[in-house]
Amino acid sequence: MLLKKPKRESAEINGSSMADIAFLLLIFFLVTTTINVDTGIGLVLPPPLEDDVEPPPIKERNLMNILVNQEGRIVMDEEFYQLGEVKARLIEFIKNPTADPNLAETPDLAIVSIRTQRETPYRIYVDMLDEVMGAYKDLRDEASRANYGVPYGALEEDSPQQEQVKDMYPKKISIAEPNE
Amino acid sequence: MAHFKKKNAGSKQEVPTSAMPDVVFMLLFFFMVTTVLREVTLQVRVNLTQAENIEKIEQKRLLSYVYIGPERLPGNKLGEDKVQIDDAIIEDIGAIRTLMYDKLREQPKLIVSLRVDENSQFGLLTDVQEELKQASTFRINYSTRREAN
Repeated sequence: MLLKKPKRESAEINGSSMADIAFLLLIFFLVTTTINVDTGIGLVLPPPLEDDVEPPPIKERNLMNILVNQEGRIVMDEEFYQLGEVKARLIEFIKNPTADPNLAETPDLAIVSIRTQRETPYRIYVDMLDEVMGAYKDLRDEASRANYGVPYGALEEDSPQQEQVKDMYPKKISIAEPNE
Repeated sequence: MAHFKKKNAGSKQEVPTSAMPDVVFMLLFFFMVTTVLREVTLQVRVNLTQAENIEKIEQKRLLSYVYIGPERLPGNKLGEDKVQIDDAIIEDIGAIRTLMYDKLREQPKLIVSLRVDENSQFGLLTDVQEELKQASTFRINYSTRREAN
């Protein structure tokens, strides 16, 4: 005789707590996520000098020597400057609006050389570099506005316009090795 | 006197919540994908300095970090300035050359992000830069925070 098995209850997984679990995970990832974009001052180092190759000659007038000493004082071409004055002075040097024979011949020949001492605090050095970058940014902005009516940052990346502004004011920054 | 009669809602009003798990899962996946768990434990203290004219680096996978700062010692003390790459403190500065050269071979467009403590001195940094030049990793980036105005 066959006994009819009692009908089983339909097996179902209770899904109501799934939302809670998902919430828990969500909160975990929310807390651990750091959406931080790396920001900083970009620079391209020069290749190391070969021993037997002389560095190319640079006209003195095209070179702006900036020295930051261990106390954080800034010397530009043998004169003391405050950090706030550096940018204006650099713009004057690069553009040379009055065709001063002591300043850069043309903007694209200008070279900014930053020399430090080993004891120079890093913060002062970055502040200094920031000012130099600021000077170039202002110049490029100005050139871009004059030619294309938009700030430099609005130009398309690697577009011919951007390249042209870059060629007008190439960032030539040399980080000299510190003298002891 | 007129009585104000409370109006009865015609039907029960409920926000349907059945789609909530889906929404939550979507958010969950978003955060799971964007999360980058901290890969290195810092053995040196790095308080970044601030600057105004900074650029963003979008391609994070090109980056390789070099940390420079005072070493963290047990008991909340700080030691001498040290260089840390990946998970280890590099005692021999000359080893950076081969290390970086290997990284450059893996990623030819490598950008070295220098995360330097604001109170360190320039001397150690310049030694590191000299090594980077020798390793031909020329693209560097001084990591800074945006200046709060």
